[in-house]
Amino acid sequence: MYVTESKVSRWSRQSLIYGLLIAGGLVVLFPLVWTFSTSLKTPDQVTMRSVQLIPDQVAWSNYQEIFDIAPVFLYFKNTMIIVIASVFGGLVTCSLAGYAFARINFPGRNVLFLILIGTMMLPYVVQIIPLFVLFDRLGWVGTFLPLVVPRLLGHNAFYIFLYRQFFRGLPSEIFDAARIDGTSEIGLWWRMALPNSKPVLATMAIFSFQFAWNDFLNPLIYLGSDQSKWTMALGLNGLQGFEGEASSLPMMMVMSVFMLLPMLAIFAIGQRYMVQGVTVSGLKG
Amino acid sequence: MDTTVVSNANSQEHPSPISQSLKRLLFSRGSWVGYLFILPWFIGMIWFDAFPLVANIYLGSTDYAVGPVENANWVGLDNYVKMFTEDELFIKSIGNTVYYIVLSVPLTLLLSFGIALLLNTNIRMMGLFRTIYYIPSVIPIVAASVIFLWMFNARSGAVNQLLYAVGIQPIRWLTNPDYIKLTLVLVGLWGFGSQMIVFLAALQGIPAHLYEAVSIDGGGLFARLRYVTIPLMTPTIFFNMLVGLIASFQVFATAFIMLGANGGALQSGLFYMMHTYNNAFRYFQMGYAAALSLVLFIAMFLVNAVMMWSSNRWVYYGDE
Repeated sequence: MYVTESKVSRWSRQSLIYGLLIAGGLVVLFPLVWTFSTSLKTPDQVTMRSVQLIPDQVAWSNYQEIFDIAPVFLYFKNTMIIVIASVFGGLVTCSLAGYAFARINFPGRNVLFLILIGTMMLPYVVQIIPLFVLFDRLGWVGTFLPLVVPRLLGHNAFYIFLYRQFFRGLPSEIFDAARIDGTSEIGLWWRMALPNSKPVLATMAIFSFQFAWNDFLNPLIYLGSDQSKWTMALGLNGLQGFEGEASSLPMMMVMSVFMLLPMLAIFAIGQRYMVQGVTVSGLKG
Repeated sequence: MDTTVVSNANSQEHPSPISQSLKRLLFSRGSWVGYLFILPWFIGMIWFDAFPLVANIYLGSTDYAVGPVENANWVGLDNYVKMFTEDELFIKSIGNTVYYIVLSVPLTLLLSFGIALLLNTNIRMMGLFRTIYYIPSVIPIVAASVIFLWMFNARSGAVNQLLYAVGIQPIRWLTNPDYIKLTLVLVGLWGFGSQMIVFLAALQGIPAHLYEAVSIDGGGLFARLRYVTIPLMTPTIFFNMLVGLIASFQVFATAFIMLGANGGALQSGLFYMMHTYNNAFRYFQMGYAAALSLVLFIAMFLVNAVMMWSSNRWVYYGDE
């Protein structure tokens, strides 16, 4: 016998789910609302003993004042150098390698692919110090090179792996037909593989942007000692030098807003690709 | 647009011999083009993966500080002996990290699984809720750390203000050694969204007829969870657990930003990665830090191996 639920119990279960989800949603979003609200407060408003999400006077001037306190444009420019290298590496170098692993037969391919998988398992801990010593001996510490060169070389096994999986899933016919017409491999990659992979490319672009934009440890190690090379993340962390002065709290929140707004914007536009990327990596990993 | 690549190869009138042969290489076909395509990755792999892995093992047995590598002296296992005999912070940071892992990994799993279950029901505005719960995962860790640093501020932080409103005395979240690690676990919990999304995708892949079978047998919500959802979700639970473990072993940025490099009062927020970072980049004890990182690597490897081994007992991979 198929057991049907009574309408009452279904209704009460639905409202329970709604209640939990709304309560949880408020908790999850509260820090962000608080950040935006605090970024618009005057110094004496933040020391009050109660939570006031809508300030009495909205201090829009905070969003001007921050530029006197921190060289935000410089931080932004520095971050974008790393971001652009990452996105380029993610889109071009990694996809070329992924294409080769998926669609070109060459001796040793399987062994090399196993090595690729192996590097995915390697935690970054064992590489930090030798890499620093290496870049230090090359005189690269204090420059963008340690953050840019690995990205340009497509040093991200995971992206290559995802491209390979995707390119393998494309129908062989389109490649075979073009091959018979005499198209070169690079032509196949450019005219067949890439145009048919827009969702993956979008996911990769977003991921590369996200990791480069959010990265803290690497800029800290290689750029930390030279403020003119700081990224947005280092700049925000650097504002903490004023800790204890109440006036810095709204400023730190303004800088936090600058740091998180691009990510929120990208999430709003590319939500589908982000979720897809996380899901694919989760299910295939 | 589509033909530019190919036509460019032929269109140049007077190409130099070198660029001509380079072009012929690039636009030709054949298996060796594959090597060309993976060359950047291969160089990077040797340079940034293989070399550091070997060099780390070597450095860990030297007293290398900074400067020319020739200055490094071979010290054998001294660094490893020193960890266990002289370095009190080594033991301390292990304790802190284990505390963090033991709390953070299961809590994140439970929370993301629970919310994913709620989000896998048929109710309206589900897309909106999914978006809301995923948002914290896209917030840069530095921004999140700075925000929570102030939200958990004992005097003017929003958390204590809210607690005060319901009559709870202020808690020194980030200065009382008893609370520091707990606070960091709570902060880490905020980013549960990426695990939740993975659970959600897997939940949507569970065939409906299995649930119907339980219903026909008279099973309720609990029986569905017990006999269908959880067994079918074990591979995903396992995956998320590994991801969570790897991240928790290396917890760094949040604590570093919120507490400073020394890990706050009584170093109760000094995690293993911070201890390694301090030795390498503040005290320039590169050799010792390399040894520390190798120990962490081995610990992670062992724990993952145990997880893999135990997974045979509880992870259900279909009828293979």
